[in-house]
Amino acid sequence: MSITVLITIISLSLLAILAAVILYFIAQKFKVVEDPRIDEVQEALPAANCGGCGFAGCRNFAEALVKAETFEGLNCPVGGASVMEDVARILGKEAPEVDLLVAVLLCNGTPEFRPHTTKYDGVPDCRIAHSLYAGETDCSYGCLGYDDCVRACTFDAMYMNDETGLPVVIDDKCVACGACVKACPRNLLELRKKAKKDRKIYVACSNCDKGGPARRACKVACIACNKCVKVCKFDAITIENNLAYIDASKCTLCRKCVEECPTGSILELNFPPRKTKVEEAAEAKTV
Amino acid sequence: MKTFPEGGVHPHENKLTAGSEIKYLSLPSGVAIPVSQHIGTPASVVVSKDDKVKAGQVIAESKGFVSSNIHSSVSGKVTKIDTIADTTGYKQTAVFIEVEGDEWIETIDRSNKIIAEIKLSSEEIIKKCLESGIVGLGGATFPSHVKLTIPYGKRCNLLIINGVECEPYLTSDHRLMMERGEEILIGVSCLMKALRVDKAMIGIESNKPDAVAHLTNLAQAFPGLEVFALKVKYPQGAEKQLIKALTDREVPSGRLPIDINTVVHNVGTAFAVYEAVQKNKPLFERVVTITGKSLANPGNYFVRIGTPIKNLIEAAGGLPDDTGKIISGGPMMGKALINTDVPVVKGTSGIILFPANESKRQESMPCIRCAKCVQACPMNLEPYLLMTLSEMGLFEKAEKERITDCMECGSCSFICPAGRSLLDYIRLGKSTVIKMARERVVK
Repeated sequence: MSITVLITIISLSLLAILAAVILYFIAQKFKVVEDPRIDEVQEALPAANCGGCGFAGCRNFAEALVKAETFEGLNCPVGGASVMEDVARILGKEAPEVDLLVAVLLCNGTPEFRPHTTKYDGVPDCRIAHSLYAGETDCSYGCLGYDDCVRACTFDAMYMNDETGLPVVIDDKCVACGACVKACPRNLLELRKKAKKDRKIYVACSNCDKGGPARRACKVACIACNKCVKVCKFDAITIENNLAYIDASKCTLCRKCVEECPTGSILELNFPPRKTKVEEAAEAKTV
Repeated sequence: MKTFPEGGVHPHENKLTAGSEIKYLSLPSGVAIPVSQHIGTPASVVVSKDDKVKAGQVIAESKGFVSSNIHSSVSGKVTKIDTIADTTGYKQTAVFIEVEGDEWIETIDRSNKIIAEIKLSSEEIIKKCLESGIVGLGGATFPSHVKLTIPYGKRCNLLIINGVECEPYLTSDHRLMMERGEEILIGVSCLMKALRVDKAMIGIESNKPDAVAHLTNLAQAFPGLEVFALKVKYPQGAEKQLIKALTDREVPSGRLPIDINTVVHNVGTAFAVYEAVQKNKPLFERVVTITGKSLANPGNYFVRIGTPIKNLIEAAGGLPDDTGKIISGGPMMGKALINTDVPVVKGTSGIILFPANESKRQESMPCIRCAKCVQACPMNLEPYLLMTLSEMGLFEKAEKERITDCMECGSCSFICPAGRSLLDYIRLGKSTVIKMARERVVK
């Protein structure tokens, strides 16, 4: 009995040692040499795996960062400048300055401005509604309002405003990962450069129809009248496809175009209230 | 009686207008003729503002092989070239013409005499179809000359004529077969000559016994032409299902009927071919069924292309107060219109006015795994699975499950006891998969 146990123990131990030796050599032979910095960089990244950088996840992005010679075109929108600085320190490179971005909706077609002409009773999904027909209003470019973008946002930075039927971006939470931009079948969301105090001026319209039909469909549609282009001293505004576009990198937020726009399609957000003429005059007197 | 073996559903037929003779709709005061009424490249406009045009004159020329000419359907003055909302509500370019009189181009034979002798050769017939803007009038509006041109290395030995009209409510093909039977058969002979085949089969569902009897009687004078009555089942009018029902040949997945030596044309198209080849009349008029349970005088009309749909509704007794939806096409595959200014186009087979209580969608409930959609699918797909895959964005998997074989007949959505929007999601998945496949080709 005791001999049987002994033989068992010895033979199994020998087998285990043999297996260990084989495994050791195999492990040496097929060893994957990985840059240890990848792990370090991954540690520094926010681990949101949102895909905002254009890679499948933070790990892939870390690999790309380690491999890359310069950081050009590589940016973690979630972490922003601080994370990129950390990464740059780990890798001993220089982090370029990247503009902070925020998503804005290029449509302001609330029911008040853009009356409903038909009723949709299909699946509440923008992609499906978009492929079926032009939508409940006469504007075939505007927001459909079935919240595809809100569902796509993994940072809780968007919600639907029940009154206007349009999605709203919460500036503080938006990390500009671009998920909503991809989700919108009508390309109504744009990542724009962030200005101080979240001030924004942009054309909240995407209607490419000519002035007449655009205005009939929506009161606040851009009618491509060219007035904003003329008033802008900084060449920030261009008109293409019957639609004005304000280049955020050139715009100085002077608000001249907002005053000039006859339909009110240019929005100014987060600015202090304008002074009325009387106040201005009073101020001039006191000076 | 023959029918296709797999799947299919039986919606209520509601062929309210089966007995109403085709009338001519009075000319509208103005028409808007879209330049893209067919599958393929839109035609390019060749007239300009203030031009005088006659009915039958080319106003937009075909661009490329898969495209089609567009002709003026009336005589008068071009008022503008602008955009108009089509059946989907999206705007597209159209030529607006103000009607003055009813002058046709001189080459058109306007007499009622039936010309049986086909003088043109095979190539000339195909050329005539191209010039006359003939497209498939069953609803898909695929340019006919493309179907008649047999690709190199393929051959055709059978022509199938689709007189099934399996969509409920619609009766335009039925009436055309009853009233223009002989013309249709001559048109079929033209198509046979163009394809160089000596055999043609006409399939008609047995809910039109009068049309079956009428055409069988007439077909005796035409060698190689045979009429078949088919057991009623939706979607028998789909190309692949009709081929299977009539010949037991099956079109392989992702292939075309020509791959099994068959070409299918609709009876409406055969009539248009007759008019083009024998009478020199381009396609600028078609039969449209205007129907609905609350409509005062539903009927069938010869309508000029570009006529606003409201004129048609007016002729049928005006818009009933209880209208909930206006559908262009059949109730199974048609599209709800956004307004009544939408013009009649080559693909408009019918206009159906649904009362509000019938037009609402059922509320969508969770899937109960009854597999009725699987049973109903005529293409042997699994609609519940395709829907879930599309909903979750698993498009690669959907592609493997042959989502592109779906022909969007709507049988699954029709049969689903839980009222699920199967087809909506499948359509989304199908279009995404097709886009993905195209991008792969580009890469």
